Amino acid sequence: MKVPYYPGCTLHERARDFDASARDCAKALGIELEELPIWTCCGAVFPLTTDSVMEILGAVRNLAYAARLGDKVVTLCSFCYNVLKRANKVVRDDPERREKANLFLRADTEAREGIESYLKGDYVGQVDVLHYIEMLRDLVGFDEIEKRVKKRLEGLNVAAYYGCMLLRPANEMEFDDPEQPTIFEEFLSSLGCNVIDFPMKTECCGGFQIVNDEEIAIACSQTVMGSALKRGADVVVTTCPLCRYNLDEKQKEIGERVRDYEKIPVIYFTQLLGLALGLGEEHLDFSENHVDPRPVLAERRLL
Amino acid sequence: MRVELSRERVNGELRERVEELSGQHLSACYQCGMCTAGCPVVETMDIVPSEVIRLLQLGDVETVLESKTIWICASCLQCASRCPRGVEFSSICDALRAIVLRKRLSAPKVDADEVSSVLVSEAPQMGVVGALRKLNG
Repeated sequence: MKVPYYPGCTLHERARDFDASARDCAKALGIELEELPIWTCCGAVFPLTTDSVMEILGAVRNLAYAARLGDKVVTLCSFCYNVLKRANKVVRDDPERREKANLFLRADTEAREGIESYLKGDYVGQVDVLHYIEMLRDLVGFDEIEKRVKKRLEGLNVAAYYGCMLLRPANEMEFDDPEQPTIFEEFLSSLGCNVIDFPMKTECCGGFQIVNDEEIAIACSQTVMGSALKRGADVVVTTCPLCRYNLDEKQKEIGERVRDYEKIPVIYFTQLLGLALGLGEEHLDFSENHVDPRPVLAERRLL
Repeated sequence: MRVELSRERVNGELRERVEELSGQHLSACYQCGMCTAGCPVVETMDIVPSEVIRLLQLGDVETVLESKTIWICASCLQCASRCPRGVEFSSICDALRAIVLRKRLSAPKVDADEVSSVLVSEAPQMGVVGALRKLNG
């Protein structure tokens, strides 16, 4: 089965480990992620001002590219998922901004004469935006994944960190309960690991404020990681490259400030899935992490 | 803090502009403080979220536009998620930043030339792009 796939900028650069592990896992489960032939940055953040058109154009353009391949597009990065899904809703619900965005798309199509026109008629929201984990649940099924697991991750204590962008605003994202989500826990249970619940799983990591004021990201990361550690997590899994960066890298500073702070690895959920599906270490690339997950995985006899 | 009250201020154009840009009804807020209590970055703010909304209700937009708070919000939407009155404080922050950035009332908070080269080479692109879009305009 082929599924249209939007990787986004970060997965093509800083988070290649996320992209590669996701593609290989999908392949092992019988899905080929078909990368959109043309795509651009989605804009990274959804504009919350009601008159924004320019700020959603990148996302709408990508959705229009996706509409050529099918009726859905899958993405992994929480920011891309949030921006694509919310921009899609604007196109569906706001006739004025839909018309303005399509004026740009039409001008684009004319300017690209010679290249195959990417827009067949207007983009009106015909594509559904799916997160990779939703794809696993709805197109493969967590039960089926459980059957395909070659190495159950028994004895590994895993805390699932959701962060903000997958969940909020809940009425638009329709991903899971914004206060007590469980989709990642259900997924992790199918891999056989010991799932750790922790109260800060939906708290912000500081996000893009890392660029403005590093202290904000350090404080936020300390709240999240401290909470996971207290509940006995061996690793924290995430689906967002920015959360991964803040939570993983900022442990450097947290470790210098908090006495006896014990660093734990932060990895992508697809790396854990790959491990359970029996993919070799060469598919999973644990070399990008600040805190190396290999020692704890080896200790639990999973590598 | 002293706030001067007048019909002109409370019904002022700038306050209306904030409502229009954010899509939020400021008068819906009944000051329960849930947004402030749940905000993960509130400790760094000089005026807390519920106070910002109260000042806006009273028409004191200028004080709010000069606050650090509007640049500190990370748009995580925890406030919006928990508000019993359906007010999105994050959207109000975006509207306030837009007013400052579009009118160039002060210099952008993040300058593209001044982002550290370590961050540019290490951090995910989405973080740098996101910060520039939110804090530079």
